[in-house]
Order: sequence, then C-alpha cells, then structure tokens
Amino acid sequence: MKKLLALLLAGAMALSLVACGGSEPAAPEAETGSVYYLNFKPEQNDAWQALAAAYTEETGVEVTVVTAASGEYETTLMAEMGKDEAPTLFQVNGPVGLANWTDYCYDLTGTEVLGQLTNDGFALKNGDAVAGIAYVVESYGIIANKALLAEAGYAPEDINSFAKLKEVAEDITARSEELGFAAFSSAGMDGSTDWRYKTHLANLPIYFEYQADGIGSTAAIKGTYLDNYRAIWDLYINNSTCAPADLAGKTGDDSRNEFLAGEAVFFQNGSWEYGSLSAVYGDDELVMLPIYIGVGDEANQGLCTGTENYWCVNGQASQADIDATLAFMNWCVTSEKGTTAMANDMGFVIPFKAAVESPNLFVKQDVAYTEAGKTPVSWNFPTMPSEEWKNGVGTALTMYAADQTDDNWAAVVTAFVDGWASEYALANG
Amino acid sequence: MEKAVKKYSPIFVLPTLLAFTIGFIVPFFEGLYLSFCQFTTVKNAKWVGISNYTRVFADETFLHSFGFTVKYAVVAIVLINVIALGLALLLTRNMKGTNIFRTVFFMPNLIGGIVLGYIWQILINCILSLVGQPLLALNSQAGYWGIIILTAWQQIGYMMIIYIAGLQNVPEDLIEAAQIDGATQWETFWKVKLPMIMSSITVCVFLTLTNSFKLFDQNLALTGGEPNHLTEMLALNIYQTFYARAGLQWKGLGQAKAVLFCLLVVVISFAQLKATRSKEVQQ
Repeated sequence: MKKLLALLLAGAMALSLVACGGSEPAAPEAETGSVYYLNFKPEQNDAWQALAAAYTEETGVEVTVVTAASGEYETTLMAEMGKDEAPTLFQVNGPVGLANWTDYCYDLTGTEVLGQLTNDGFALKNGDAVAGIAYVVESYGIIANKALLAEAGYAPEDINSFAKLKEVAEDITARSEELGFAAFSSAGMDGSTDWRYKTHLANLPIYFEYQADGIGSTAAIKGTYLDNYRAIWDLYINNSTCAPADLAGKTGDDSRNEFLAGEAVFFQNGSWEYGSLSAVYGDDELVMLPIYIGVGDEANQGLCTGTENYWCVNGQASQADIDATLAFMNWCVTSEKGTTAMANDMGFVIPFKAAVESPNLFVKQDVAYTEAGKTPVSWNFPTMPSEEWKNGVGTALTMYAADQTDDNWAAVVTAFVDGWASEYALANG
Repeated sequence: MEKAVKKYSPIFVLPTLLAFTIGFIVPFFEGLYLSFCQFTTVKNAKWVGISNYTRVFADETFLHSFGFTVKYAVVAIVLINVIALGLALLLTRNMKGTNIFRTVFFMPNLIGGIVLGYIWQILINCILSLVGQPLLALNSQAGYWGIIILTAWQQIGYMMIIYIAGLQNVPEDLIEAAQIDGATQWETFWKVKLPMIMSSITVCVFLTLTNSFKLFDQNLALTGGEPNHLTEMLALNIYQTFYARAGLQWKGLGQAKAVLFCLLVVVISFAQLKATRSKEVQQ
C-alpha cells in the first residue's frame, strides 16, 4: 500500500513538472487580436490600466498593460520579447535605443495614428521606415520656488541670463545663514539619477554646438561650449545645500526632498516632476526657468522641450494583433476618453492633433514661453552615442565636483570629446 | 527492499532530472549556442561564428575585471579562511556563551547581498566623508577594500560553522595522545588538528573560491563598478555588457564572456579541489 502511494506521489510530482514545462492550451486566435502594452513610466501605471479597461469595455478588444519597474525597462522588454505572448506595443528612447530593436519595429508609414501627429519631427525614422512615434512631449529647466526667491529679494523675471542667474545664486549663498536656505538643491550624482547632469545639462552645450555648426547629429563632438558647461556646473555645485564632495552619494530624491522642504530655491528637473511638486506647492508658487549657460540669444531662450518616449509596434506579432494595437493607439490619441486621460490623468502633452490641454503647470509655461517668441531648446541627447558615454561624463563630473582642479576638468573634456568619438565608432562600427 | 528501490529508481530520479534538464542543461547548451550568434532575444539569433570570442579579448574592461577579480579573490580567500578557522578554534574551547557567539558570527550570512551592499555603502561613505576622502563612487581603492570587508564579514560566520564541525570531529584520543607525548598547543594544532580537518578546508576554500569569482550582488550594490569600471568584477562586467549596452553586437559578446567565465570557474575550482584533496588524511 505504502509503495503504491509513494509511486503515485512520485508520478504526480513528475506530471505536475511536465505540466509546468508545457504551455497552456492556446486560446483560439481571435479575429480581433489583442494588445499587450509594456509601459515605461511607472508614475502613469494606474492611469494606463484604467484607460485599457475603458477601451476593452468600449470595443471588446483585450488590452493588457504591464509596467516595468523603474530602470528595468530594457531588461523587462528583452525577457518579454522572447516569449510567445510578446508585447505588441513597446517604447524606445530614440535612435540609440532603437538600435536594439530595429528587427522588431513595424513600419508605421501610412498608418492612421502617424497621420495624427502635429509635426513629422515627432516620428522616429529608421532609414525610410517610420519605426516609432513620440507620444509625449516634455520640458525641463530650472524649477524655482517663487516664495523663497522673493524672500531673497528677487523675482523670476530678474533671471534672464546666465550672468544674472550667477549673481542671484551667489548672493543667496553669501546670505544663506541669514536666509536659511541655499540656492540650488543638491546636484545628486548617484548613478541612479545623475542623468540630470550627464544627459539633460549636457544637452545645452551640445545643442548650441549643433546650432552653431548647423547640424543635427555628429560622429565627433568638438566641445565648443564646454567652458560654459563648466561655469554652470560650478554654479550648481558651489551654491548648493551640501558640500561638492558629498554629491557622489546624493540622489535625485534627496534633491527633490530638499526642494520640497524649502531648503533650496532652485531645482533642475522637468515637467514630469509636476505631480510630486504640486502635492506641496500651489501653481502660483512654482516657476520653471530656462537653463542659461551664457551662450546664444539668451533673451529669447525657452525651456528645453522634446521627447525621448517613442511608441513602437512589434512587427513580429500576428497581423491581427498589429491591427488591434494600431487601432488602440489611434483611439488613445483621438477619442475624447483617450486624450482626456492622457492629459489629465497622466499629465502628458501629446503631439497629436486632438490633444486636450494638460493641467501641468510647467507644460503651460512652456507654451507661454513659445508664444512670447522664445525658442525652445531641442533635446539632442538621443544623439549621444551610448549610455557608456553618459556614464563616463557622469563619473568625470562627479570627480571634478569633489576636487575642482583644471586637471579634473580636463578629464571631463576628454570623456566628453574623445569618449564621444570612441563610443560613436563602437556603436556604428 | 533494495531490489524494489533499484526497480523504481528511474521514477524517483525523474522529477529531479526533469528539473535539472529544464533549469540547467537546456539553458546551458542554448547559451553556448547563443555565444556564437548575434541576437536581441533568444528567438532571433543569427549565427556569426567565433567573432564574439575574438572581441572578448579586445575588450579592455573585461581583462581589467578579470585582474580585479583575481586580486580580490586571493586576499578574500586567505582572509576569510584564516579568520574563520581562528574563530572556530576559539569557539570550540568550551567557553561561556559559545553558542551566542556562534549565532552572532553566523547572522550576517542570513542577509541578502544587495541589502548588505547598500548598508555598507552608507557606512563606508560616512567614514570616507568624515576622514575627507573621496566617496566610494570615486575611490576604487576604497571600493576594493570595501568589497573585501563586506564579503569577509558576510562569509566568515558560515565558514566558521564548517570549521567548528570539522574540529569537533577530531578524535579526543588523538589530542590526548599528542599531549602525553609532550606536544605543545601549537604542535597539536599544526600536526594533529590541521591534517584532521583538511576535508573542511577543502570545502571552505572551494566555497570561498567559487563565491569570489561569482560575486555579483555585493559588487553591484556597493560600488556598481564605479568609478569607470575600475571596481567591476567578472560577473558584473558580463551583466553590464549584456544589459547596459544598446546595439546588436553586445548581447552575443556578453554571452561569449559568460561562457568563458563558466569555463574559468570550473577549471580553477577543479584544480583547487585536486590540490587540497591530495592533502586530506583518512581517519
């Protein structure tokens, strides 16, 4: 009896293992297909889930939204793409991110949703094919706390050039004991959030160099405006809430918390921060200023506005799924429910004709700057040769912050200029 | 009874064999195949021959991480085993509170590597900041010693338990006989106890050696390879090649590194097993 029982148990165990190995019986291929969206932005997960449910209710098409953990998008995407039920809708961050996924991007030429874009510049090209379309436009700059700025005796309008920004920041530092706050929140250079400086701030010298040379990308950057980059970096780190040597261990969260606690007037970040800042500050207490570095026509410089979020459709999915995905994308950016959710619940400005105005203050300010005739600074960091290049610049910047010598700045220049050439060769060789 | 076991043995082996096949053998050979391919996901692999392997040796970060790993392994293995054996000797002397001490020394082993890495990062950064030195992210020297201190702290307790078990198995009459023959404490240890615990030493050196070469979480959490890959060990280097690089050419390169890494660990640990086994004595 016991033997029989043991045998049965062993058999059951083996069987259950076999069952695990095999796949579940495939659902009959529905005519309509289904959508599987691998979402990049964790902040918007709930809003996407709700929107997907609303779409399913309206059309009966099944939409699954899965959100990758922060910083884990590429690894999640890689794992999911290898499965039978792969994402039909995913995103890349521009030409460099696209390099991984060119084999998977469905050519969007001629699709309805592509026709909804307000400007062709928002399409991500791969040769002649359209590999992706931007679905959100964002802005960044120096976010300022108006109340603290007034306490120090300045108004946001006073700051209209790098010289002026420097004067205000250094005055605040000189009086920081008496005022009780610093000029800039800590420029956290911890690897998790140093993109604020190695990517976003680095965009400015690159932008002005491209402008001066009349190009849109390059195999070898010259570093024409790196002295200006040094000047603004000096300003950030020497007029901050903490000693420059401690920046290596500070994160973007630390920086935001300092700003929220009123310990600093300025905080370099973007429109995506609106959600967390508006929880503490009202719209009339915040303002986003352009990042002036003392180059170009500062009187007419706007915020840094652009995108690095492109939707791509998985070309290796079944045709029914591709059609369902295209229909879903189109619905998101044209229907009232879709556009309202993207503007209000997600706080996005979407570059589509039917877009609803977003309540995001910083986005509104970007529009106001543009209407006042200022030119937005475009996002050129999608042309940076690789993550490795950014990391090299980031480490050099952190090292320079800890010990501000000319030699250490020379290392930043080397990482910036020589690193660009060698990484470009690696990526395109 | 024995007959019945023999008869049914395939059934008893089957579940484990299946799990082993699914979880190890299949992925291993698939990985081997992929190291000769260019791919993004495992399904769209394109055969490219040995070009991945030739590029591995042109990759300076890989060679540096190999050197760094060896430098780390030598110091860590000696340090962990000497201290663990020392503690084991102390804690087999029937002192008061022996059990409490054993538990305390063993405890760090129960915490995961990532958590430990972040805790030690805070601790070490605090100290570096107090003495006015560059923080971990900029200080490869501190990163190197940081990883050694962290892993020593974590693994000493575990190795100590193995040594204690070994020491407790040394027959009392041997020690007594040695003492009657007039052996000093040191001679008893060096000529009687040590040969008798060679099997424990084999196990502990094997464990610390393979742990050192495979070290990943602690490295990732404590230094993340900063600055500029200077504190990057082999496993982290492979991970970074695979995940942190965008472009078609990197995945295959990472896979080729992983295959070489696997071979290296196997060869080194077999050599070590052979060397220490030859010194073991039969009781």
